[in-house]
Amino acid sequence: MLKIENLHAEIDGKKILNGLSLEVGAGKVHAIMGPNGAGKSTLAYVLGGRPGYEITEGSATFAGQDLLELEPHERAAAGLFLGFQYPVEIPGVSNVQFLREALNSQRKARGEEPLSGGEFLKLAKEKAGLLRMDMEMLKRNVNVGFSGGEKKRAEMVQMGILDPKFAVLDETDSGLDIDALKIVGEGINAIMRAPDKAVLLITHYQRLLDYVKPDVVHVLAKGRIVKTGGPELALELEREGYEAVAA
Amino acid sequence: MSAVTLPTRKEEEWRYADFGVLEAFAPESFAQWKHVELAAGETRRKCMVLGGAEPELHRIRITLGEGARGELFVVNNGGDYTRVEVVVHMAKGAHFEFGGVTIGGGDVTREFVTRIDHAEPGATSHQVVRAVHWGRATGNFLGRIDVVRDAQKTDAAQDFRGLLLEKGATVNAKPELEIYADDVKCAHGAAIGQLDEQARFYMAARGLSPDVARKLLIRAFIADAFAAVEDEGEQEQLLDAALGTLAEAV
Repeated sequence: MLKIENLHAEIDGKKILNGLSLEVGAGKVHAIMGPNGAGKSTLAYVLGGRPGYEITEGSATFAGQDLLELEPHERAAAGLFLGFQYPVEIPGVSNVQFLREALNSQRKARGEEPLSGGEFLKLAKEKAGLLRMDMEMLKRNVNVGFSGGEKKRAEMVQMGILDPKFAVLDETDSGLDIDALKIVGEGINAIMRAPDKAVLLITHYQRLLDYVKPDVVHVLAKGRIVKTGGPELALELEREGYEAVAA
Repeated sequence: MSAVTLPTRKEEEWRYADFGVLEAFAPESFAQWKHVELAAGETRRKCMVLGGAEPELHRIRITLGEGARGELFVVNNGGDYTRVEVVVHMAKGAHFEFGGVTIGGGDVTREFVTRIDHAEPGATSHQVVRAVHWGRATGNFLGRIDVVRDAQKTDAAQDFRGLLLEKGATVNAKPELEIYADDVKCAHGAAIGQLDEQARFYMAARGLSPDVARKLLIRAFIADAFAAVEDEGEQEQLLDAALGTLAEAV
């Protein structure tokens, strides 16, 4: 589904990704773990198409398309979802308005009919319920005044509504308390665990992986994958630290 | 012929005006003031949308009686040069609410010049102005507030924010406060910025095209100016009127 080959990327002349290769098949959950500064967030941003990063070498193919050729909004319409480590606040724009515009923009790009206001609200209510989020929260402005945990849950509600094929989740577990972690983990499973979908989970810690069981775990260090294994690799990392395992 | 005093650039309130266009106005137009008077306790709201092809000059004098409430909301759009001047005289306990948006690209110049005269105690005024410009356009706001010595318990607030979509555009903001009373609240703020790049990427990552994302952000930005319009339908109309020309912005 997603195939990354020998990806090199830099920002402001600083090399961050150094020949990263990775392949994620349909129906799979891959976890990427690694120390601070390894390039985890850069990988997420490069896949999402954030301006400022320069790809100097390599390729990324998503569902048969050259991902790097697409504009960020075209990537979203193609079915890619980027869960932000720090979701952005947008004063003056309500979640409902934002997500309805976003969903209908994606549908339009795919040649589908737009959802009416009523249909959209029904869908939003269902997905908010999945993450145990009050609909009143969705009437408020995007992420404004939300706590760290609420922002992360709101990200998952967005994911539920937009229903992507592939989700790149950048430290979705950071800022969550134990209960919220469980809700978010179950939400990811409910929304993304399907034979035709896949997830790339970026995280520092093992704890989210207790709820969202990965099929494959990769260790990212100095801009490339240095080790790949099964779920047991995450436990080994937790026990022995990155330095010992990634060396 | 009665003498009409023509504006000059030496006067602060005309300093940033487009004199190339002003010279084409008939001299009489500078003497034409529209007078609006609200009786004690009266409430009146007026929404103005400037959006024609010709330059426009509007000079309005408002007198608010004791406890009266006047509200004026203006979309300042349209021809090469558009200017709305408002002089408000406030009696005891009156309230004046002003919301204005200047918007435009190309070579246009748009101006708001307000002068609020807090002549008696306990009057309140609230002004919110937003300016959105691109191309080589200019948006100006000169907001003068006078509080006389007896006008204790005056509460006058003025809030200006400018959004520049391109490098060649300009906004000028000048609050002028003359306060002679000591027990008053006079708040003013002015800020100028660009569209939030992080918000734009976040919106793109959810599937919004750059055009749609920009329009949503600009709508949110100018909405403050019309937040005090109680009728939601009227509020929407003003926002739509303001955003009508946005399509031409790059």
